Amino acid sequence: MSVARVDLVLIAQMVERGARVLDVGCGDGELLHLLAETRDVDARGVELSQRGVNDCVAKGLFVVQGDADTDLSDYPDDAFDYVILSQTLQATRQPRRVLEQMLRIGRRAIVSFPNFGHWRIRWQLATKGRMPVTENLSYSWYDTPNIHFCTIRDFVALTEEIDARIERAVALDSAGQPVGVSAPWWVWNVFGEQAVFVLERGR
Amino acid sequence: MSSFAAASDLRLREVDAPQSEVAHFGADQPLHMDAGVDLSPFTIAYQTYGQLNEAKSNAVLICHALTGDQHVANVHPVTGKAGWWEIMVGPGKPIDTDRYFVICSNVLGGCMGTTGPASINPATGEPWGLDLPVVTIRDMVRAQAMLIDRLGIDQLFCVAGGSMGGMQVLQWAALYPERVFSAMPIAAAARHSSQNIAFHEVGRQAVMADPEWRAGRYFDHGVRPLKGLAVARMAAHITYLSDEALQRKFGRKLQNRATPTFSFDADFQIESYLRHQGSSFVERFDANSYLYVTRAMDYFDLAEDYGSLANAFKGTRTRFCVVSFTSDWLFPTSESRAVVHALNAGGAAVSFVEVDTDKGHDAFLLDEPDLLAATRGFLDSAARARGLMGAR
Repeated sequence: MSVARVDLVLIAQMVERGARVLDVGCGDGELLHLLAETRDVDARGVELSQRGVNDCVAKGLFVVQGDADTDLSDYPDDAFDYVILSQTLQATRQPRRVLEQMLRIGRRAIVSFPNFGHWRIRWQLATKGRMPVTENLSYSWYDTPNIHFCTIRDFVALTEEIDARIERAVALDSAGQPVGVSAPWWVWNVFGEQAVFVLERGR
Repeated sequence: MSSFAAASDLRLREVDAPQSEVAHFGADQPLHMDAGVDLSPFTIAYQTYGQLNEAKSNAVLICHALTGDQHVANVHPVTGKAGWWEIMVGPGKPIDTDRYFVICSNVLGGCMGTTGPASINPATGEPWGLDLPVVTIRDMVRAQAMLIDRLGIDQLFCVAGGSMGGMQVLQWAALYPERVFSAMPIAAAARHSSQNIAFHEVGRQAVMADPEWRAGRYFDHGVRPLKGLAVARMAAHITYLSDEALQRKFGRKLQNRATPTFSFDADFQIESYLRHQGSSFVERFDANSYLYVTRAMDYFDLAEDYGSLANAFKGTRTRFCVVSFTSDWLFPTSESRAVVHALNAGGAAVSFVEVDTDKGHDAFLLDEPDLLAATRGFLDSAARARGLMGAR
C-alpha cells in the first residue's frame, strides 16, 4: 500500500463513529468512501476539480465543487465534528486562513501533509543542490500545485500562532510506519515523510 | 383534413379530455392561490410509471419545464413524439421505473389536461381565458401536493426537474421540507433574473401583439394567435441553446440554396430551423397558457418569500443534488452556486455537479453522461439511505 493511502486509513481511525465530516480536497472520494464504510459517518466533500466532483457524485457521495481557499467561509460555525484536509495544505494559497476556517466550521481539524524536512529531501537539496523530486512529491519545481510546503516543525509553530491545540499527532516514515511516539519533534522532522495532526480550537 | 388541423383537434381534446390519468378536486378541496383566490373545482392530469411499493416510499415526482407536460416517458398524444425525458426515465434508466413509482403532472396553468386558461370554467361553461387567476410556481406545487395526498403518499422519495421544473423542486423543498426525501433541481435558479424576465416579456408581447389574440378570447372567434406564439417560441428557443453550438450546427449555411435570395425568405439554415420550431410548437401549445407559465417563472423568487435563500432551506433534512451546465446562459452556473451556498449555510447534505457541455440550457433534456451518472449515483445512495428494496 502506498504511503498516501496509509494516511487515509490513519485518518479514518481518528474519526468517531457517526460523526459529521467534511473532507476538503476529497479528490475521487476515496476517504469519504472509506469513512462511510468503516465509520458510518455523515460525510460531505469539497473538491476543486469538476471531474473529481462529478466522479464522486456518480458514486453517491455528497460533494460540491469548491476551492479550500475561498469557499470554506460558506459554511456556518460548528457545522461539522471533523474537517479533514489530507495532502492538500501545501497546495492552498493561504494555508493559515484555511486552517482557521477549518477550526471555525469544525470542532476538530485533521490535517495530513508531506514533511519537507524529511531526510531524503534535505539530502537531495544538500547534495544535488536541486529542488527535490521524490516518489511522494513527483512534480518538477515549475509545474507543481504544491506551492506551500512546510516541515513538521513549521506546522507545529503555525498551530501555536493560530491558537490551536494539538490533540494528537502521528508522523509516518517512508514505509508508512509511525515514527517513535515519544520521540521529540526534531526526530519526527527528520524521519517523518508525512504527518497527521488532529487540532482543536483554543489552548 | 390538413395535418395541422388534425394536430389542432388533438391539442384541443387534451385540454379537457386528456389521454392521462385525471384527478378532480371538488368544492370541498379548493386550491388556495397566491393571487388571493380559491380555485374550485379544478383538475390535474398526470401520468405514472412503475409501481408504488407497499410502504409508499418509492415515489418520484417529476416536475416538467415551461412548455413540457406530463408525458415524460410515453408517446405524446398530440405530436406522436417520444416522451420528453425518455433518456432519464424508464426501466433501467437513472430514474428507474422498475424500482420507483414515477409521477408527473401537468402544471396548473398548462394546457394538457390540468386546469389552465384553455380549460372550461365550470361556472361559465366557457374557457377560462384570462379570467383564470395568475398562477405562481407555489400554486403549481400546492396543487401537486394535493395530488400526492390524493395518491396516499406522505413523503416523496425524490422530486426532480429541470428549468421551470427545477424551480418547482426548490419550491417543494422550501414549502414541504418534510415531504421531500431528496431533491434534484437541474439547470434551475431560485429566482428569475431581470434578463430572463425580459426574454419572457418579449415572448408575451409577441403573442399579445398578434391581431388574432383578441385580448385572450381568440377561442370565441375561432382563431388563434399562431404567428405571435410561433415568434415567441423562436425567441425562447434561442435562449435554450448556446452561441457555440448554434455556430457549430448551423453557422452561416444557406438552406437548400447556393446564394442568398435578396429577400426575406428563410435563406439561412438557422432561420429555417427556428421557423420550424415555431410552427411545430403552436400545433401543441395554447397561447394563453404560454402567458401563464412564463409569468409563473417571472414571479418566482424564493429569497424574497423567505427573507433570504438560506432561510428557505434552514434545518432541512432533504438531500440535494444540484446540477448546472457550463454553456447554459439562461440559468447559468452562478445561479446554482447561489442555491448550493444557501444549502451549505443551512447545513444541508448537498452535491453540486457542473456538466461540461456546449448544448446550453437544453442540455438537461439530452444525453449528457455526467448528468445521467450523477442522477444514478445520487438516487442509488438515497435509496440505500431510505432502505428501498432492490437498492444496489
